[in-house]
Amino acid sequence: MGEVVAVEYRIDRRSGVPAFQQIVQQTKQALRLGVLVPGDRLPTAKDVAEKSAVNPNTTLKAYRELEREGLVEPRPGQGTFVRRTLGRPETGTDSPLYGELVAWMSKAAAAGLEQEDVAALVASALEKQYATGTTAVTGATTTRSTGE
Amino acid sequence: MSDVMYAGEPALEAHGLGMRYRRGWALRDCTFRLPAGRVCGLVGPNGAGKTTLLNIAAHVLKPTQGSLSLFGEAPGSVESGRRTAFLAQEKPLFRRFTVAETLRLGRELNPGWDQRAAEDIVRAGNVPFHAKIGTLSGGQRTRVAVALAFGKRPDLLLLDEPMSDLDPVVRHELMGTLLAEAGERGTTVVMSTHVLAELENVCDFLVVVSGGGVRLAGDVDDLMTVHTLITGVREGEGLPAALGYHTLVEARTSGRQFTALVRPEGPVTGPWEVAAPSMEELLLAYLRSPDAPPLITPTAQVQGQASGTGTVAA
Repeated sequence: MGEVVAVEYRIDRRSGVPAFQQIVQQTKQALRLGVLVPGDRLPTAKDVAEKSAVNPNTTLKAYRELEREGLVEPRPGQGTFVRRTLGRPETGTDSPLYGELVAWMSKAAAAGLEQEDVAALVASALEKQYATGTTAVTGATTTRSTGE
Repeated sequence: MSDVMYAGEPALEAHGLGMRYRRGWALRDCTFRLPAGRVCGLVGPNGAGKTTLLNIAAHVLKPTQGSLSLFGEAPGSVESGRRTAFLAQEKPLFRRFTVAETLRLGRELNPGWDQRAAEDIVRAGNVPFHAKIGTLSGGQRTRVAVALAFGKRPDLLLLDEPMSDLDPVVRHELMGTLLAEAGERGTTVVMSTHVLAELENVCDFLVVVSGGGVRLAGDVDDLMTVHTLITGVREGEGLPAALGYHTLVEARTSGRQFTALVRPEGPVTGPWEVAAPSMEELLLAYLRSPDAPPLITPTAQVQGQASGTGTVAA
């Protein structure tokens, strides 16, 4: 079995985003970027506790959430494994959508917008389109997965 | 990992617990329930009764009023003595014993002793086994005391300001060990502290004592979701009248702005910015506002406890 644990979670204690949500977001980000692929084992709650001093119940809660979304599956006695990826052709940096976004960004820069202005515009457009009442947008900039 | 933590058995229950010293009440009418398997932060200002509460649980003190039970037994019983480990603030160890002798003492005194777990914790800090306790630094001594508490393989671990004399690296490492061990074995942990930032992501249960009584108790997730932090523009003196509908924990004003931590009793609508508070903000608000209505969530309520005092509609 794939014994390489592919991700390490980076928990930001000051962000205000609950730790379990940070774990969910970072796992999804890793799935989107292909850092995690089907068959990979997620770190155990004990690993996460030892590395990041996070309560194991928090990690288990995040894994249950990911399991509910069908992204991972627990295998008794072995751990939690990735079932499917979130990577899609449209989310890659070679997709036309990405190209359009880059073009828009350079337009914004040409119009004299600062990085914060752009982030604020993107955040409110995101909210308008995908409003689910969460503040995940501000957390997205700090969401990052490390490791091989 | 077991799912013991979601079973309903209480690890600790306090009923109208009170303690009076010559100088007055240290703890008064303290009633709450801690389900087994939780990692509970015990928070309060200096002199709020945290140490008193832990000392009663560890059978070092006898309460003046009320009662406390551990897994349904009195603190002095053989059963609860075997299942409980207490790490006092001053980390009492025999100064003339070596580290190895200290662990040996633990082995002799405790039937379920886990020598390997204890040695691993000592070894992780490179504390020499032949060194005398009296020659160790404060942090090393804490580590040995933690090893002694863990080696006992308790079901309930009571820690009084456990990390106060450790540097940040060791603190992080020992906290990680503690959480990993506790999670794997389903150990219930109660740890007192006033370093609030230390509790975030570590505790899944909180008990706040202040002014002798319980101000806040419950699962962290429940406590966090029933509070909202509202920031907005002041209208004349004080808070906008529309906020009066919600239960106010703390309000502060600065210049033209106000910030209020409330327990919403319905949707919060208005020209305000609404955010979820961090654990530290929540705790600070309660610690600064002794008059805020207390909140004991249903999981933290003792059976038959008057649900009038700050029950949440789930």
